[in-house]
Amino acid sequence: MTRSGLPGRPRFRAPCSTVLRARRAGRLPRRAARVITLVGTVQNAIAVTPEPGRARRGAGRPWGDAVFAAAARASGGFVLLLLGGIILSLFIGGIAAFRQFGAGFVVSTDWDPVHQKFGALVSIYGTLVTSAIALALAVPLAFGIAFYLTELAPGWLRRPVGTAIELLAAVPSIIYGMWGFFVIVPIMSDTIQPAIINAFDGIPVLADLFAGPPFGTGIFTAALILAVMVIPFVAATMRDVFETVPPVYKESAYGVGCTTWEVMRSIVLPYTRVSVVGGIMLGLGRALGETMAVTFVIGNADRISTTLFGSGNTIASIVALEFPESPQGSLKLASLLALGFILFVISFIVLAISRTLLRPKVAG
Amino acid sequence: MSATTLTPAPGTGSPGMAKNEVVARALGRRRHRVNLIVKTLCVTATVIGLALLASILFTLLWRGLGGLSLTVFTTATKPPGSNGGLLNAIVGTLIQTGIGTLIGTPIGLMVGTYLAEYGHGSLISNVVRFVSDVLLSAPSILIGLFIYQLVVEPMGGFSGIAGSLALAVLVIPIVVRTTEDMLRLIPATLREAAVGLGAPKWKMITLICYRAAMDGIVTGVLLAVARIAGETAPLLFTSLGNLNWSVNMSQPMASLPVTIYQYAGSAFDDWVQLAWVAALLITVGVLAINIIARFALRGRT
Repeated sequence: MTRSGLPGRPRFRAPCSTVLRARRAGRLPRRAARVITLVGTVQNAIAVTPEPGRARRGAGRPWGDAVFAAAARASGGFVLLLLGGIILSLFIGGIAAFRQFGAGFVVSTDWDPVHQKFGALVSIYGTLVTSAIALALAVPLAFGIAFYLTELAPGWLRRPVGTAIELLAAVPSIIYGMWGFFVIVPIMSDTIQPAIINAFDGIPVLADLFAGPPFGTGIFTAALILAVMVIPFVAATMRDVFETVPPVYKESAYGVGCTTWEVMRSIVLPYTRVSVVGGIMLGLGRALGETMAVTFVIGNADRISTTLFGSGNTIASIVALEFPESPQGSLKLASLLALGFILFVISFIVLAISRTLLRPKVAG
Repeated sequence: MSATTLTPAPGTGSPGMAKNEVVARALGRRRHRVNLIVKTLCVTATVIGLALLASILFTLLWRGLGGLSLTVFTTATKPPGSNGGLLNAIVGTLIQTGIGTLIGTPIGLMVGTYLAEYGHGSLISNVVRFVSDVLLSAPSILIGLFIYQLVVEPMGGFSGIAGSLALAVLVIPIVVRTTEDMLRLIPATLREAAVGLGAPKWKMITLICYRAAMDGIVTGVLLAVARIAGETAPLLFTSLGNLNWSVNMSQPMASLPVTIYQYAGSAFDDWVQLAWVAALLITVGVLAINIIARFALRGRT
């Protein structure tokens, strides 16, 4: 306080309390105590009045305010510049590919470095399919966790379980990649994939969808790892959104005899519907751009496979894997940057929708 | 409902009433059964979530602890079979994370201050907040490509400074979010008291608001550190990784996540073992920072 040019009021508090203590102990006559306290009060009053010299010193430096405000505004502008810079640099970097292949770049399935032919469809397909499957797996689980944390868990368990789920979101993505590659892939190839292939054998659509040799890696495994990574984000957002429901609504529903599930389905979900979709979109935004975890397990193939157990790639994984073999200024590097631009456009749209939906309910 | 309607004597009560009673009981049983099933499924979902975390931690401890030794911290990475360590990767991660945080934090702090203190709900401040939120969740690999275009190509090579800049870009939106949230929590009376005593606005913000919001802001910075320490994708295109000892910021620089990426896929058992040790180190570090940050915030609320 004193450093800001403000007078230090607390200085006089100590003597006052000393006086009071002495008075209580009977060591000080009442009248003497009154006089001393009065003097202290006057001193305080004098001290609180700003000294004219100090006040003028603060007011005499308007540039301090101007500089600080300018710095704050410039930083705000810098963030806009940053986004513009990212979009522009990816577009300029990829412009050679867009020029060479035109709009056909987006719908071509070629990826042939030998003949210098590149197309984006395989990786766009991989990105969208893995993210969609990941969300289909993650959303029910995330909803269950959010429901448990807001309505079912006993009070003492909410905090530790909530923190554990949030820690799951903090684990670096490369760790998910390693865990997926060394733990999940063997389980997939030994147990889960053969079981699914056997179970769906003979059923028209499903048999084709889940066909192929059980390598363990592939689109389905990548989606599974993505789902694990997305669960904590979606669950945490859903929990925060569920907690915005006014308790009165829920209590009145409980009051007329609704079960916990009925309160969730008829009160909480309708009230938070928009924000729940926003939270799911946020998870989708995460899944679309995830790189390391997917790179480890997707198997990296440059073609669209008809089965979910087949290998594939996503935009992020092909950029990470092919970048070291793409010399500066080559058409391949331009194609990778063009892929980055497409990924940015897709995730920008998804994240923009998510933010718009989440804004009204979750403040900040 | 009276007792007579609950158990109507044959012939006296209306037969419709008795039928409704049976239906109502069946319906009630069904409602509670559905409730029980959903509750069980939710508990199962939570158990699955916790089991996943436990499985990851257990795998890391099981595979990583075995390779943990003093040489890991005292020797740089070496060719396979020659008992190398991770010293250059650990130091590289510390340097790049540190410099990234040092660059990103002041910018993020000022943007957060702008949004909370100067924006006043104007269109431009809403746009800045929106863009910052989008950057918060934007794919980090694209930040790497951006810095590659902006720094690596003009400078003619991969460098530690490019890696730090990429991480700094990731720090900014995290600090923006926590700073703005924390500044908005400060009661108006505190500001009014400062302004009423004649303090200029910038002094009010730096000396009153920042101090009151300090632990929240520190939490944000800690979470940002935890986030960037484990980032791999942006570093692949900027600092590239370096298998030799180097603290030269203008040269390619090693880091734990990139070393994990290079080693985990290799065919050499000792490299894979080192990758697990690196994974254990980075995960324990990141989770520890997260837990510390959470305790710092809990002290406030």
